[in-house]
Amino acid sequence: MTALLTIIILVFISVAIWQMVKIFDLAQAKGENLEVATDKDNTINGYLMMGFLAFIYIITIVCFVKWGDLPLMSNSASEHGSTIDNLMIISMVIIFIVQVITQFLLHYFAFKYKGEKGKKALFFADNNKLEAIWTIIPVIVLAGLIIYGLSTWINIMGVDESDDPLVVELYAQQFNWKARYAGADNTLGKANVRLIDIDRANILGLDEADPNAQDDMITTELHLPVGKPVLFKMRSQDVLHSAYMPHFRAQMNCVPGMITQFGFTPTVTTADMRETPQMLEKVARINDIRVEKSKVLATKGEDALEPYEFDYLLLCNKICGKSHYNMQMKIVVETQEEYDAWIKEQKEFKNSLIN
Amino acid sequence: MSAHADTHAHEDDHGHHHKETFVTKYIFSQDHKMIAKQYLVTGTIMGVIGVLMSIMFRMQIAWPEEPNVLFEALLGKWAPDGVMDADIYLALVTIHGTIMVFFVLTAGLSGTFSNLLIPLQIGARDMASGFLNMVSYWLFFLSSIIMVISLFVEAGPAAAGWTIYPPLSALPMAQGGSGMGMTLWLVSMAIFIASSLLGSLNYVVTVINLRTKGMSMTRLPLTIWAFFVTAIIGIISFPVLLSAALLLIMDRSFGTSFFLSDIFIQGEVLHYQGGSPVLFEHLFWFLGHPEVYIVILPAMGLVSEIMASNSRKPIFGYRAMIASILAIAFLSTIVWGHHMFISGMNPFLGSVFTFTTLLIAIPSAVKAFNWITTLWKGNLQMNPAMLFSIGFVSTFITGGLTGIILGDSALDINVHDTYFVVAHFHLVMGISALYGMFAGIYHWFPKMFGRMLNKNLGYIHFWLTAICAYGVFFPMHFIGMAGLPRRYYTNSNFPLFDDLANVNVIITIFAIIGGIVQILYLYNFFSSIFFGNKATQNPWKSTTLEWTTPVEHIHGNWPGEIPHVHRWAYDYSKPGHDVDFVPQNIPLKDGEEELQH
Repeated sequence: MTALLTIIILVFISVAIWQMVKIFDLAQAKGENLEVATDKDNTINGYLMMGFLAFIYIITIVCFVKWGDLPLMSNSASEHGSTIDNLMIISMVIIFIVQVITQFLLHYFAFKYKGEKGKKALFFADNNKLEAIWTIIPVIVLAGLIIYGLSTWINIMGVDESDDPLVVELYAQQFNWKARYAGADNTLGKANVRLIDIDRANILGLDEADPNAQDDMITTELHLPVGKPVLFKMRSQDVLHSAYMPHFRAQMNCVPGMITQFGFTPTVTTADMRETPQMLEKVARINDIRVEKSKVLATKGEDALEPYEFDYLLLCNKICGKSHYNMQMKIVVETQEEYDAWIKEQKEFKNSLIN
Repeated sequence: MSAHADTHAHEDDHGHHHKETFVTKYIFSQDHKMIAKQYLVTGTIMGVIGVLMSIMFRMQIAWPEEPNVLFEALLGKWAPDGVMDADIYLALVTIHGTIMVFFVLTAGLSGTFSNLLIPLQIGARDMASGFLNMVSYWLFFLSSIIMVISLFVEAGPAAAGWTIYPPLSALPMAQGGSGMGMTLWLVSMAIFIASSLLGSLNYVVTVINLRTKGMSMTRLPLTIWAFFVTAIIGIISFPVLLSAALLLIMDRSFGTSFFLSDIFIQGEVLHYQGGSPVLFEHLFWFLGHPEVYIVILPAMGLVSEIMASNSRKPIFGYRAMIASILAIAFLSTIVWGHHMFISGMNPFLGSVFTFTTLLIAIPSAVKAFNWITTLWKGNLQMNPAMLFSIGFVSTFITGGLTGIILGDSALDINVHDTYFVVAHFHLVMGISALYGMFAGIYHWFPKMFGRMLNKNLGYIHFWLTAICAYGVFFPMHFIGMAGLPRRYYTNSNFPLFDDLANVNVIITIFAIIGGIVQILYLYNFFSSIFFGNKATQNPWKSTTLEWTTPVEHIHGNWPGEIPHVHRWAYDYSKPGHDVDFVPQNIPLKDGEEELQH
């Protein structure tokens, strides 16, 4: 079906192009044409430049209106997230203003000064004042952005150990994630992939002799208590992966042979996030799409799609092989009590080994 | 100027230059004009392959896991029942990137126009070494062949992304494409780098030594400045990629551990210890980032020249343009870390790279404003080359501005490796450089083939391409900001992204149309070589020296003496002259001042 549709579209486009060529050829007077632009070409293309300017503006507006409920600019679920969002909004506003003005000047000049026979251009080769203006203005704007950006960056990346963060290991492998909680001592036991012993279920290569490792807990879901700083230590056992948690504005690569880290404080529980107006709207929209898709599937005799319920996610965001596109882990942000209840059910490392 | 004596000494040689056989004229030619055409045609063929790949993976993204006749026809065993395999998806993405960045926009763009224009615009008989130039092309040809052959190996072509980060690229058990496919990729790139270095050395030596009498550095057209600086960046940075490739070959084949350490894969611990993939990232991006300027600077040079000529105005701020080329070149070598903010490198280093990266916006802004001012009060001749040049400035601004977000380490955290990045670099270096290349082809086609391209086909080609380019890459920013990672075979495992599916369909439709439009260009290009209108000697009424050579190519470029240069390259519409352009070889009138800034 899709193939057929594609072919039909292709045929239509070819016909359209062929027609346009014919129109242009007919419009063109025969003679000593050197394939150099005439006044008529200048005029037509000058007007088209203004048309194209309108096209750029329209596509900008359409994109912002239709897809501009940018989940990355509002609704962050971590403490530092809102500072990134603010910086993002400021940068976007600057970009938007510069884009609108420069595109206008470029296309308007192309229209306004379209060539005519007998007209002579202004011989205007240089002006130091102008050059200085458009060197200094970007310098000032960028200086502001750099200072703001770097202070944000340093705040995010600097880990404050005095906060007593919850230490969690994120462990990546082709093609799934594991989390390791440090247990009561809040210290992760030593580990190296060389110590992996699948037969004994030591799947993350923990050092069995390390006392800190004994109460570690390995899970396939990431649960975080709301409002408590968490410090992630990332490891990978095979290739590069990237732990991407878009709702928390967090990302860090997982690199075999080294431990990387990223810390943040989740601020909104999964339950609360589901109830925010933006999320209710988004989920409703997605479920409408899924209902439509299910109807199509039903005609093929396949099962309908399950309705979508929002959950925070950890995605792999560094190309890691065949199933890169399906390497994910659910993140649950919950109240301290809920978290305590959940963590109690997890098996400690010393009890999970098979002897 | 001592080189000048040499050029004169050569002239006698060329006087009785004689019969060439088919082989020496068309195949193993040492004439820079023929080599330029060889680069262009090879680059075009690679470009067709690269674009076709992108259309295939775009179809997969829009209509995931649905049977498609195109896949069935082109992918064979990789598309059982017409459904694209996940491995080949990654391979297509990888090879598309490699081909477009290196084979089309480096060799096809810089190779074509540096070869064509350096001797012609500086007033030289040929490159400093015609032989090395020929070797450079044939190495490029060889590397292209190997890259194409790699598409057909049993376990599939390289599929680790065009950045081929180890360990994924180093371990055949991590991915099918990391076996023979990756070996061929590395061999092809090593040869490509050799080709690029030979070419670059030749360009630098030629520009320094073979300028005609009166052609001082500050009288050079901006094209030559751009090619010259590009060649220098290439000489500085390509050897580093070569070293990365060689070390990776050693890790893969000889058991060393430069980039690998502590790996457990498919049930066994590998012996590698002590290496770091982050080291590879540093080496790769030490080339990888200058590489985007290797791609964009020649396009900037071409656009500056074409804009001045078609505006019938001097390029605005000639010296500022040179200064900004130099500033960009310098900064380009100290910003590579902005690709690695979240690679695990020290966050302090990230701060430094944020600082240097955002600085690059300053010379870029100067260039953009200077181009816009060049149009102001001009007498714009809307030839297809001019349209592509204006289009270049438009996409360069649109794509460049989002660099302010990506270069800011704090913001990069959340848009890194999403479609936002894809949109950014495709606009700012992919589409822009392609526009620069098209502009160059439309403008210098008469110089290359002695015939004109059909302008009406050119107009349609430009306008449809321009609409499709924005149609593809503008909405892509928004799915990126919604958090959609790049290089996902399908997004259907994430209901979270279900509401972005229709955007992906729109993007793909624009991509398909944009691809088809290029057929029009290919038709125009190949038919005009044989049937186009005959060109006159100086169809665009330009000032530079290449238009003083005869339409029919001759070895040695000028039949008689090489013209001497008396003025800069931008005397358009100069007061006190009857015509609106004064070629560089026309002496100053009595009392005329050479305005040169």
